[in-house]
Amino acid sequence: MIPLLAAFAPPYWLATVIKVLIVAVIVPTAALILGILFLFKVMSWMQSRMGPQEAGPRGLLQLLADGVKFLQKEDIIPDKADRFVFKAAPVVVLMSTFLIFVVVPASRNLVVENLDPGIFYALAVASLSVIGVLMAGWASANKYSLIGGLRAAGQLIAYELPMVLAVVGVVIQAGTLSLTGIVFAQNSQGILGWGGLGLPFILTQFVGFAVFIAATQAELTQPPFDMPVAESEIVSGYQVEYSGFRFLIFFLAEFATAFAFAAVAATLFLGGYAIPWIDAGSDWYYLLGPVVLLTKILLVSFLIFWIRFTYPRFREDQLQTFAWKVLIPIALLNIVVTAVLKVVL
Amino acid sequence: MTAISDREKLAYMAAQAADARLNVELETEGMTLNLGPQHPATHGTLRIVAKLDGEQVVSCEPLCGYMHRGYEKLTEVRSYPQVTTLVNRIDWLGSFANEVPFILAAEKLMGIEAPPRAQWIRTILFELSRIANISLFLGDLGLQLGAQTMGFYAFRDREYVLNQIESATGGRFHPNFDRIGGLKDDLPKGWIDETRRAVGKLRDFCDETDDLMMGNEIFQARTRGIGVIPADVGLAYGLTGANIRGSGVDWDLRRDNCPPGLVYDKIDWKVWTHPDGDSFARTWVRLQEVREAISIVEKLLDSIPSGPIMAKVPRIIKVPEGEAYVATENPLGEMGYYIVSKGDLVPFRVKIRSASFNNVSIVPWVARGAYVPDLITILASLYFILGDIDR
Repeated sequence: MIPLLAAFAPPYWLATVIKVLIVAVIVPTAALILGILFLFKVMSWMQSRMGPQEAGPRGLLQLLADGVKFLQKEDIIPDKADRFVFKAAPVVVLMSTFLIFVVVPASRNLVVENLDPGIFYALAVASLSVIGVLMAGWASANKYSLIGGLRAAGQLIAYELPMVLAVVGVVIQAGTLSLTGIVFAQNSQGILGWGGLGLPFILTQFVGFAVFIAATQAELTQPPFDMPVAESEIVSGYQVEYSGFRFLIFFLAEFATAFAFAAVAATLFLGGYAIPWIDAGSDWYYLLGPVVLLTKILLVSFLIFWIRFTYPRFREDQLQTFAWKVLIPIALLNIVVTAVLKVVL
Repeated sequence: MTAISDREKLAYMAAQAADARLNVELETEGMTLNLGPQHPATHGTLRIVAKLDGEQVVSCEPLCGYMHRGYEKLTEVRSYPQVTTLVNRIDWLGSFANEVPFILAAEKLMGIEAPPRAQWIRTILFELSRIANISLFLGDLGLQLGAQTMGFYAFRDREYVLNQIESATGGRFHPNFDRIGGLKDDLPKGWIDETRRAVGKLRDFCDETDDLMMGNEIFQARTRGIGVIPADVGLAYGLTGANIRGSGVDWDLRRDNCPPGLVYDKIDWKVWTHPDGDSFARTWVRLQEVREAISIVEKLLDSIPSGPIMAKVPRIIKVPEGEAYVATENPLGEMGYYIVSKGDLVPFRVKIRSASFNNVSIVPWVARGAYVPDLITILASLYFILGDIDR
């Protein structure tokens, strides 16, 4: 079976259709998995309450029920809203999530498009979502939405930089921008000459990992950086006027983006789809790769959601201070140290 | 103290700057933001009209009255025992504490004193409702600041206390248990030990809150130096309770003016104050107050006397002509009832003094120059209950 998979070389049109289908399936599934597992189960476990129990076995179908509920609801567009922009905004947000999945490899060939500047591309399309958020905030013609949208814009711009800088350390160490290349590098390098475990970059880039996770939280607008949607202050910010399936799209995008960023973090810092002892180019990863990658994604997601459920929220100016005065200097220092060690060792 | 005066100066400068900058620097227009009457931060139906410059509050005005239920007028057509059912609903989180000052005022007019056992149980229930009330405050402050988990922990652990109140009085939320001259019933069997266990769990909750919330850097950054109320301003606005103790004023009606009928003077306990006067100080004082209430309950449970639960009271209660004002230290601050009686079955006039109205009155003063998120912090840390504002 493995050689069969490896030898599968479809024509261009078929490959494209398969890829589109895969991404179209992955994004909602990923959102569902994270939504059910973390928003419902882990959150209720951490907050010592029951969580959903009734829908399906152990309440696992609750999110499907919620989805159906959202689809049934009336699609309300405020009178003074800019209708076209209002309708387009959720799509733009979800689209940026779709685009991230393009470059995340689940094995050497199991990747939608193995771009050479892969990580550069991923970070670039990830920041597209801010346009959607700003569109939603502006078009809703609501003061809370506007404040939320502007907060999101300020925040996402401030956190692009530490995120990129945190990734630069990894790129220096791997010597490539391609995500597949980074996985290969982690799989083949060794710890001070000992190649038993490979070299998951979290061991050397732990500072970069911390900065990346912090920036991810901000990018996902999750606590402690959830000012754009702060319910207790600006009542869900840019989402406040959305209802029905448009809100559902925002909701999907939130969790799918968390999944996507967890995938990028797992690929950059935890060795991606590869495990030590099996060469990253092996055909076994056609079967093994997705499972390994999913496990690592869930680990990173757990960390992300753990922080989300624990911390209170920063204030907007404190967040900017944190980004510019703490994260960016740390990330820059990390780059310098990484570069020097790369040359010396 | 120097640090505080620095913060005061900064807050003042921020307020001045907000005024000066509006319409001048970039010729920007201010924005009026309407918080409420249905806004999650107002936990009820308070409306706050805030004039903003960017996200900075230039001025704000709380508008209350959306929940006015006319209790003062309604008491005039209720007989004295019936009034407790009404006033239970004023501060709905610490209901039992609302009954006590009214009953004490009526007892004062009638010249009756409850038997010692009734006084003890009354004080225990009073403190239990304080614990139930303030533990929810701690959770709510967490929610307002975005730490959702605190809210759930508070609801979970508060239930232990509510269960005890329910098993003693029959009412989980609205006990309606206090009577002129004593209490409705004696305690059920085994209640004392169960209550010891329950408040022990609340002590764990306090430690958990200390770790999860008070010790958190983000929480401190969000609350320290935010909404500073100097002692003199707080006194001028009539702040009471933990709000004024958070500004360093050592003033507690339980200790300073313990009315007959409650037994705070029979045991040793401590009044906590904090010199800073900011949101953190108010929260800290409340957390210590829960701990102190737990130890008060434990001490009272140890020394509870035996005896009757009800004094000799006529079957039909007619309060002799006169006027009386009794105030107690309720979870939110000073709560008092001024009763005017003409010797009837019903009071002639009842004036209810509740703490939340004053707690909200200071918001325009303290929120000037604050950011919108800080306005939420200030509102949450001043702690008001809507029913307590509007009555």
